Amino acid sequence: MTIHELAEAYRRGETTPSAVAEAHLARIAALDAKVGAFLTVTRERALAAAAAADARWRAGAPRGPLDGAPLALKDVLCTKGVRTTCGSRILEGFVPPYDATVVERLEAAGAVLLGKTNMDEFAMGSSTEHSAFGPTRNPWDLGRVPGGSSGGSAAAVAAELAAGALGTDTGGSVRQPAAFCGVVGLKPTYGRVSRYGLVAFASSLDQVGTFARDARDTALLLGAIAGHDPRDATSVDAPVPDYTAALAGGVRGLCLGVPREYFGEGIDPEVARAVREAIETLRGLGAVTEDVSLPTTDYGIAVYYVLAPAEASSNLARYDGVKYGLRTPGAKDLIEMESRTRAAGFGAEVKRRIMLGTYALSAGYYDAYYGRAQKVRTLVRRDLEAALARVDVLVAPTTPGVAFRLGEKADPLAMYLNDVFTVPTSLAGLPAVSLRCGFSAAGLPVGLQLIGRALDEATLLRVAHAYEQATGWLARRPALA
Amino acid sequence: MISREDVAHVARLARLALEPDELERMRAQLDGILAYIDQLRAVDVAGVEPTSHAVPLVNVMREDAVVAPFPQEAMLANAPDRVGELFRVPRIIED
Repeated sequence: MTIHELAEAYRRGETTPSAVAEAHLARIAALDAKVGAFLTVTRERALAAAAAADARWRAGAPRGPLDGAPLALKDVLCTKGVRTTCGSRILEGFVPPYDATVVERLEAAGAVLLGKTNMDEFAMGSSTEHSAFGPTRNPWDLGRVPGGSSGGSAAAVAAELAAGALGTDTGGSVRQPAAFCGVVGLKPTYGRVSRYGLVAFASSLDQVGTFARDARDTALLLGAIAGHDPRDATSVDAPVPDYTAALAGGVRGLCLGVPREYFGEGIDPEVARAVREAIETLRGLGAVTEDVSLPTTDYGIAVYYVLAPAEASSNLARYDGVKYGLRTPGAKDLIEMESRTRAAGFGAEVKRRIMLGTYALSAGYYDAYYGRAQKVRTLVRRDLEAALARVDVLVAPTTPGVAFRLGEKADPLAMYLNDVFTVPTSLAGLPAVSLRCGFSAAGLPVGLQLIGRALDEATLLRVAHAYEQATGWLARRPALA
Repeated sequence: MISREDVAHVARLARLALEPDELERMRAQLDGILAYIDQLRAVDVAGVEPTSHAVPLVNVMREDAVVAPFPQEAMLANAPDRVGELFRVPRIIED
């Protein structure tokens, strides 16, 4: 059931948060050995929260629609007293002394947190194969990846191990796994949601996002976590609209831009067809469409793979074997201790990005790589902003293809190129959502991406909701035993 | 092309003790990624301002108020090695 359906069932007294939490914990125990979505299950904390929610619903005084909702958190969000791994060995034994703001806000809304989900190490990857704890598998086909880096959260929602989840998106890490797993994944505007307690990867791009089964649940989750936080100086101090109220209204009169560069060579014809059909559906509902061009689209990946590794190389310097996490014993001096600890604690992809970023920032290369990439980032941003000055929303595929097989993209660059349609939006800081718009012949979900103006998540959710209401895609569920 | 010496130098800067075979593999992979990134050289960026931050925010101020810090014990609890209220590390300076 969705979060809003659960709240309705609680209100009518048909079930209780405790019964629902128990059912989800039982389903995790039965199925997660196959899926691998969770790294840590917080059974006691969940049941205690559920019991408190039971009492509030019984008394007729719930905190809101999220009261008693069973949710999961990507293991990059700090949870007080619950180990937080970032999918890495280097954080071995680390137990945060505080909760991330988004965790505090969900618990304040009454959410029942079931546990922490698997991810590519430090959110670097597009398949959840780069986790030190083994991969997560796609509930629609266990031989395929769930996408990444928030693959555990996406798979947990798709497999109904949780009603909703939080992830993080730096270059597509919410939207791409949402597309691969057939759930709704929203990356809010940069700054819409606090990053306090989110373990940093690339600070100018990282943003907490949501996974849910439909647009209505997405509105509930975003409404709970959005808003200014004095503990994150980059969080935007702007009012949070009522996203649920904004779902109504339909798409009549909205202008949707179709960027031609997102339908070029390299896109799977099954994906292109499903997205084009979705655009036709939206036209049938009264939206008007306009062709637009985003000529800098192809530079996105190159810009991203300078800037994100550069920021990561700086952010990940903190893992030095001194304050928390792993330390390799037996070193004769401090530098040797740090170098051996980091070599043992980081996986191959994280090392590659630290090296790439360190190189791009090193003496003699700074202007050629970092400085130039920051300027091209401006051009990418201007392209998107100019298009969104003419149209209300951009509609495009989320990914060039459907979920790929485990091990299929062994070459780092091939993996990076999977994010070609999600990275430009991240560089521009704009909100975007991925939702299910059909299936491939092999039964794998296809993701439709909606990209909006800064802080205009409400319009994205309104379009997503109208599309969901007009189509029957959400009825299909993965055939997990 | 990035040389093996460059890779070894960057690994030292990044505090990563790479094995010889890892160093060579890293060199080849970085070479491929940097060749891809080199397409940015073809872009005309004359007069373009750099973007360091997608949202226009400058000088965010807050009240200079005293708040309770995290307790010392909470900050030390995750240390891999400590002595009393100190983090312990291997020798930094010679006798």
